Amino acid sequence: MNSKYETHEHDVLIIGAGGAGLRAAIEALSQGANVGVVCKSLLGKAHTVMAEGGIAAAMANVDAADDWRAHFRDTMRGGKFLNNWRMAQLHAQEAPDRVRELEQWGALFDRTEDGRILQRAFGGHSFKRLCHVGDRTGLEMIRTLQDRGVQMGFDVYMECTTTRLLMDGGRVAGAFAYWRENGRFVVFKAKAVVLATGGIGKAWPITSNSWEYTGDGMALAYEAGAELLDMEFVQFHPTGMVWPPGVQGLLVTEAVRGEGGILTNKNGERFMEKYDPKRMELSTRDVVARAIYTEVREGRGTEHGGAFLDISHKPAEYVKRKLPSMYHQFRELADVDITAGPMEVGPTCHYMMGGVRVDAETAATSIAGLFAAGEVAAGLHGANRLGGNSLSDLLVFGRRAGLGAVEFAKQQAVPAVDSTQIEEAERAMLAPFERNTDENPYSVHSDLQQIMQILVGIYRTEEDLNSAMEGLARLKERVQRLSINGSRMFNPGWHLCADLKSMLTVSEAVTRSALARKESRGAHSRIDYPNLDAAWGKQNNIISLHGDQMNLEQRPTRELLADLQALLADEKGAGA
Amino acid sequence: MPDVLLKIFRGDREGGQTADYQVPVAPGMVVLDALHHVQKHQAPDLAVRWNCKAGKCGSCSAEVNGRPRLTCKTRMDSLPQDKPITILPMKSFPVIKDLVTDVSWNYKVNKKIPGFTPKAGTNWRMQQEDIDRVQEFRKCIECFLCQNVCHVLREHDKHEQFGGPRFFVRVAGLEMHPLDGVSRVGLLKKELGLGLCNITKCCTEVCPEEIHITDNAIIPLKERVVDEYYDPVLRLVRKIRGG
Ligand SMILES: Cc1cc2nc3c(=O)[nH]c(=O)nc-3n(C[C@H](O)[C@H](O)[C@H](O)COP(=O)(O)OP(=O)(O)OC[C@H]3O[C@@H](n4cnc5c(N)ncnc54)[C@H](O)[C@@H]3O)c2cc1C
Ligand code: SF4
Ligand code: SF4
Ligand code: FES
Repeated sequence: MNSKYETHEHDVLIIGAGGAGLRAAIEALSQGANVGVVCKSLLGKAHTVMAEGGIAAAMANVDAADDWRAHFRDTMRGGKFLNNWRMAQLHAQEAPDRVRELEQWGALFDRTEDGRILQRAFGGHSFKRLCHVGDRTGLEMIRTLQDRGVQMGFDVYMECTTTRLLMDGGRVAGAFAYWRENGRFVVFKAKAVVLATGGIGKAWPITSNSWEYTGDGMALAYEAGAELLDMEFVQFHPTGMVWPPGVQGLLVTEAVRGEGGILTNKNGERFMEKYDPKRMELSTRDVVARAIYTEVREGRGTEHGGAFLDISHKPAEYVKRKLPSMYHQFRELADVDITAGPMEVGPTCHYMMGGVRVDAETAATSIAGLFAAGEVAAGLHGANRLGGNSLSDLLVFGRRAGLGAVEFAKQQAVPAVDSTQIEEAERAMLAPFERNTDENPYSVHSDLQQIMQILVGIYRTEEDLNSAMEGLARLKERVQRLSINGSRMFNPGWHLCADLKSMLTVSEAVTRSALARKESRGAHSRIDYPNLDAAWGKQNNIISLHGDQMNLEQRPTRELLADLQALLADEKGAGA
Repeated sequence: MPDVLLKIFRGDREGGQTADYQVPVAPGMVVLDALHHVQKHQAPDLAVRWNCKAGKCGSCSAEVNGRPRLTCKTRMDSLPQDKPITILPMKSFPVIKDLVTDVSWNYKVNKKIPGFTPKAGTNWRMQQEDIDRVQEFRKCIECFLCQNVCHVLREHDKHEQFGGPRFFVRVAGLEMHPLDGVSRVGLLKKELGLGLCNITKCCTEVCPEEIHITDNAIIPLKERVVDEYYDPVLRLVRKIRGG
């Protein structure tokens, strides 16, 4: 071990302090493990803080007929049956307990008349299922978890970015990171590592995601040899802000539609009648996003290229109470009073269904000692995620990842880390300071975003995807030439150089997988293959690193258990 | 598009000064957009914190033309465009670099506060009207703007004796939680120095979440301290009544 570096040792190292990472940390701590948590921002600022609409759990507080079976069925249907059904089952069964736990740790959800947790309607959920706090559910959740973790005594390394997983042979041994504040390097040694780093939205220009969402966890896992699953499935949320330019992409929560919001085009037509007359505005996100996109493309869009979303038929006081942050967001950033008139909305890149392949029970990846949970992991949501199913995912599988990691760590000795890996990681980080070119990370980033927006967006074709591959290859070369000046002290340009590497790897995985899947399913819409294909419905796309090449293969999905099959068959229209 | 002149603090723990940047103004632009424009085109190493760009995460606090603000919610068109716009880091915390300050002290204060501890035998039923006031406190996004303006910290540097408005809000949220079973009144009086607050309301004025920090959190907490320390009878009566 090289003593040149600041080094910390833990039984379990958790990379990411959003809902998944914090829930994993709490579980590992409660099992008596020594836990370290690393995150890119300050504690409490992870993406989870921004979640608005709610957390899905079949508590049956409002609709007594709801139960885990219905939640399971909705999740599978929403995911177009490509979901890892075991994950969907565990998720539906365990979510209510995970929500109750939050309440027992101090969370205060909105209440029903009889004093229980209130639940609201959301797209694709057949019952009122989303537990919420107005439209700031994520804040309530992250604060509750954060306070619980602090009380239990975890070590948090804030503003510390991981750039590489360290290995001991075939097993994970820790991570290499830098402090954003001063640019110094730090080595974490751990018996088990949990990835909880979230998604990849920053590869697209119009996104609801923050600077943190650069796909780091997926790239770290891939480079360590883990498998990535179904990377073509990127969720475009139907309703992001479209005007003014600076806020383009900012999320307009689905809760607006959950509370009765209506979508119209510039001619005042309630166009969802054409696309999904049964579920209308509360259809699944893939359907609503394509509907808005199509309306705009066919010339029926609003002035700024979106659709109208209107909730002003509800009493103003109700809107302000149930959607306070939407009310403020539009009033302050767009000069629109949503209690008096419509919002303008359009699709925005929002969520990654694909990600690191994991085992349903333990969240273990294909690498010994490496676990993954939350948005960085794949499987639960299949081809399309239902709103509210992410927050519940974080809790259910965050907990399971924490448990899985502790179980693994208990049986292991402290791994060894050889210094060559560390030196390599350090060299890669320092290279942009040593080059003297005019290649600037911000311009490479905007070029990447243009490629992904135009060629790997809501609708895809073979031709576009092939040009995207060519574009990405050119960017990979440019990334090798990136140059940066200034010091190592809190230098965002330098940080972006590292983030770009992750974004490019993940963008390539998305594009390759999208090229391979010759059908349209959920969030993946191919103009050249517009229909569902039954054979593809039983195939997962698996990406992995072979030598220095990205490899893609198809693997059959696991056969659904007969009794779960019966549950799905229960519902008319299943299979669609 | 018109250009506007920004004067942004550039420096670190050792010191620094403002530097000038010209930025084109687009409709609806906020100060954070302008900072990103500078990063992208003129100073890639300009240090700024942000996450949500929507007033939800409390990362982007700074002092814009002398006023503590969230830069992601401060519209450029709300500021005079014919004069330069000055953007400085929060004054009450040590500068790390440019607009990024060391707010770790806040996390230390937070650790002193005992977390939610449910009363024994609760059935977890609560009425909305009983939690409304606590939900107000739980809106806090930890932007630390209130900490930044409070004179006890800003002018008198009493970081050792005083918790600051953010943490009075946090304690109020716990103390008034209908199912919480422990008292933090001793902590408020001693470790968090609630007595040092003289109700100037500067904190309330800057809170982007519009939390009534002084009226709804601090004053009721001060009453509790008074009750606990000087009026044990009243305290007993309230306990019996379940207040
Ligand atoms: C605006 C918005 C609203 C949403 N609303 C809802 C909703 O109502 N309901 C719902 O179910 N879902 C919602 N979602 C989705 C949901 O919020 C996210 O999918 C979820 O919060 C992701 O949680 P996570 O724990 O996986 O990751 P995050 O909360 O994003 O946390 C990721 C963590 O990993 C850290 N990290 C990343 N890379 C590194 C690295 N290289 N080194 C160290 N640390 C790293 C980050 O700093 C961060 O701490 C919403 C999403 C957005 C953007
Ligand atoms: S009211 Fe009290 S806490 Fe708020 S700014 Fe004034 S002195 Fe500080
Ligand atoms: S109370 Fe208000 S001003 Fe203070 S930290 Fe919280 S949100 Fe910011
Ligand atoms: S960036 Fe989140 S509050 Fe400003």
